[in-house]
Parts: sequence; structure tokens; C-alpha cells
Amino acid sequence: MTTINAPMPSLSHRTSRWFSRNLIRIYAGLAFIYLFIPVAYTFAFSFNNAGKSNLVWQGFTLENWQNPCGAPQVCEAVGNSLKIGVLSTLLATILGTMIAFALGRYRFKGRKSTNLLIFLPMATPEVVLGASLLAMFLNLRVNPGFWTIVISHVMFCISFVVVTVKARIASLDPRLEQAAMDLYANERETFRYVTLPLVMPGIAGAALLAFSLSFDDFIITNFNSGVVSTFPKFVYVSAARGIPAQANVIGSAMFFIALIIVIVGQVVSRKRKKL
Amino acid sequence: MAFLHAVSTGKSATKSALKSRSLTPYLLLAPGLIWLVTFFIIPIFSLGSTSTMVRPEGAQIGVYVQELRFANYVDAFLANQDQYIRSFIYAGLATILALAIAYPLAYAIAFKSGKYRNILLVLVIAPFFTSFLLRTIAWTQILADSGPVVSAIKVLPFVDDLFRINNTSIAVVIGLAYNFLPFMTLPLYASLERIDPRTLEAAGDLYANGLTTFRKVTLPLSMPGVVAGTLLTFIPAAGDYVNAAILGNPSTKMIGNVIESRFFAVVDYPTAAALSFTLMATILILVTIYIRRSGTDELV
Repeated sequence: MTTINAPMPSLSHRTSRWFSRNLIRIYAGLAFIYLFIPVAYTFAFSFNNAGKSNLVWQGFTLENWQNPCGAPQVCEAVGNSLKIGVLSTLLATILGTMIAFALGRYRFKGRKSTNLLIFLPMATPEVVLGASLLAMFLNLRVNPGFWTIVISHVMFCISFVVVTVKARIASLDPRLEQAAMDLYANERETFRYVTLPLVMPGIAGAALLAFSLSFDDFIITNFNSGVVSTFPKFVYVSAARGIPAQANVIGSAMFFIALIIVIVGQVVSRKRKKL
Repeated sequence: MAFLHAVSTGKSATKSALKSRSLTPYLLLAPGLIWLVTFFIIPIFSLGSTSTMVRPEGAQIGVYVQELRFANYVDAFLANQDQYIRSFIYAGLATILALAIAYPLAYAIAFKSGKYRNILLVLVIAPFFTSFLLRTIAWTQILADSGPVVSAIKVLPFVDDLFRINNTSIAVVIGLAYNFLPFMTLPLYASLERIDPRTLEAAGDLYANGLTTFRKVTLPLSMPGVVAGTLLTFIPAAGDYVNAAILGNPSTKMIGNVIESRFFAVVDYPTAAALSFTLMATILILVTIYIRRSGTDELV
């Protein structure tokens, strides 16, 4: 009796599981559509023969892509954003990686307060970070400009670098370093030839993250930029009277460049793993 | 002999390493921590100091002197309590919406994606590579009154002809949820991915159905991700002013909009500083309670 009855619930169980499995795939697909609709829209309208206001589709053209600097001040703003992005990424990656190694590799006094100091900037809304820095600059009579933007970007990128690199350090197999030491590598050699190469993907990922945070930041930048324009600032200011299609070109180009970097990085690290 | 030599140098090397070990962490920490103290901690005090300043009679615009006027906080809050409360309501709604979208997404990537897992993870972050302002502005056009979404909804029965999404609080919440979705998805994925699938099989073997397995096993095990994701969404959403400025209308203004306009349009630094300070303090209190309640202290 029991053996005859047994397949019944398991059958309905299987159908319900089949259903739920596919339901969740459909749901995930819809979530991806939600994520990508604005990206696709931005990309599509980079081909719009728009003239001044890029609001309504007015026909296909490649002109915006052939002449991305066509709209006034776009490329000046992008140039500033790139310079700020590179400088802040470099500084934040170095400073953050050093902190990550200290936290991941050493026992020392003040560890908890260090962790808290790293966590706090991430738990503070951007508007507060931006406003407090500006308050300090105003109190010190410092005129906001290019360097105050770099300072602010390094500040909010450090924590993200620390978290990313620290996670990578924590995932390392300590036996690899022990093996190097057993083979008479001293501490410096072990670090140089074993630890650092193993942590490198984490550092590269952190740098990419820092750059995209810096390049895309608007709120903190808006507070601390004075009259200096950046790409997000340019987009925000021109939103009122319609963004030129060239902004869509630059946004889309950044998207594809970053995507290629990430994919190449993944392929390279997978090949290394196979070796 | 060579062996002995190696051993002895090895010993001296570890000795000096131990010596330097006591100082090394501090040397590694110093530059970054000095940066954070100078450009994060000190500015917070600077903000606090500005918040109690007063503009002297007849002074130039933007000139304030310190008078330790703590009533600034009361004035600032009473004048802007609507925007203040609205910020937390919008941020809360956006967090719930983002969780509802991101949890199944993260679940699908962690358990149902097979060899496509890495590609899907890249796809979750990829929208980030397009400027978030461009994407937010794209939403205004997708949700426009004559746009595809609103036209499609208007076809439904019982929908008013005046129905619109743009420039409403719905649009602001949708925009907020959208902008911080990857911040929600990635921690959720990280905690779901760590779950051993055998624990789920075990639950099934013990006659738990799908729903019970989820409620009793998957969800509790993924709580660290839920806490991290909701915090990473709620905090920036509560302070955001871009979505409200682009997708909303004057009656959907959030506290960030007030702070921004107090700083730049009105040049009323003390009020802006008092509001920023109150916002930060409220968020820190909420976050502390939330972390304590959910018992995931390891986050900090």
C-alpha cells in the first residue's frame, strides 16, 4: 500500500519543483530586462539624428559616433572625468591595498577602530560626504576645483578598495605562502613572487570598481567641484534642456569598454587557472 | 655548511621579520587612514561646527559666524520634516522593491545558472558602466506620458486616462530601486552561493516542500546577504536627490534635494549642515539597531 502511494506526492512534488524552477528563471529574465532597458535606450538614442534635443526618435545616423565631441563642452567634461578617475583610482588603490594587507595579514591594536573607519564612509550617504567636505573647504577658505574632486573621490573609493582586496586576501590558501617559505624564500620574496601575484586579480577588480565609481560620481563631485565640469555634471546640467546625443555615445562607449575589460579579465584568469 | 648557513639566515630573517611585524601594519595603515581622517572625520566635525553658525545682521551672503546655536537643528527639522520623513519612506519602499526583484535574481544565478554563472554576474554589474544619470534620464523617457509603458497600462480597464508615472512618487521609488539594484543583488548572491546545495536536498529528504525549505533553510542562511543588501540600498537611497530631481516633482522632494538647494541655491550653510548631520545620525542609529536586531555583527 505504502509503496503504491509513495510516487503520488513525489510526482506532484516534481511538477511543482519544475514549475518553480522555471518560474524563477522567467523572473530572473524579467529582472535582467528591467536592468537593461535604460542601457538599451541610451545606446539606441546614441544613433538618433537628434539635433539639439534628444527626446524623440528622429531617424538613424552615425554622425554622433563619428563626432563624439560635436556637442559643446562634452569632451572637456569627459577629459576631466578621465583625469580625475585615473588619479583617484591610482591613489585609492595604493592606499586601500596597503590597508587591506595590514588588516588581512597582521594582528595589531586598533583593528576594530580601523574596520569601523573603513565601514563608516560606506554607511554615510553621499550627500553628507559631499556636504561635510565642502563645509570644511569653505571653513578653510579653499576654493573647490579639480584637486578637491580628486581628494573626495580618493576618500570614498578607499573603503571599496579595502573591502574588495581584503576579500581576495582572505580567500588565499595560506599553504601556498608556507610552501614558499619552506623553499627558503624570505618574507619579501614570498610577498613579491607568491602573495602579490595571487592578490593581483583582487587589486585589478578594486581598481576597476574605483574607476567606475569615480567616473560616475555626481553627488559628491557636485558639492566639491566649483566651476570644474565632469561628465556626470555635464549630463545633469544639460538634462533640463535635453542631453545631446553625444552624451549617449560616451555613455554607451564606456559601457562597452568596461564590459570588454571585465570579460577579458575573466578569460585571462580562467586560462591561468587551467595552467 | 650551506644548509646551516641557510638555516641561520632564515632564522635571522624571521627574527627581523618579527621585529618589523610590530611596526609594519601601522606603516601600511598610516597613509590611507590619515587620508580618511583628514577628508572624512575632520569634515564631519567641520559640518557639525557649521551647523550651529549664525549669519550676522547685514553680513554678506555666505558669511556665517559661530554662535553655537543648536536651535538651528530644530528650525531646520521643523521647516523640512515632510521631505525628511518622505526620504525614509521612499528609501524603505525602494529597498523592499529592490529586495523583491533582487532575491529571486540572485537565487537564480546562485542555483540555476550552471556554467553561465559568471556571465550573469557580469551582466548584473554591467548596467553600472553606463552613467547612472543617463540611465535615470532614460527612465523619464521610457515612463513618459506618451511613452510605451504608460500607453500599455492605459489599455487596461479601470485605468484613468490621466494616469501617469513620470513626475510622481512611483517614478522616484522605481528609479531609486533601479539605481541601487546591483548593491542589493551582489551581497544576496554572495550569501546564497555559500549555501551547500546538500542542505537543501536534506530538507527535501526530510519531506519539506519547496516553500518550507525556502522558509526554514534558504532564507535564514541568506540573512547576512539580506542585511548587507538592504543596508547598501537603503543608505544611499535615503540620501539621494538625483532620482527625486529627475523623476519626481516639487512635492516628491527628498531631504537630499533640500540639502543641495540650501547649499547652492539659498547659500544657507548652517541649515544644510544641520540637515546633513541629522540625516547621518538617523541613518547610523537605524543601521545600528538593524544590525543588532538581525544578529549579523560580523558585517562591521
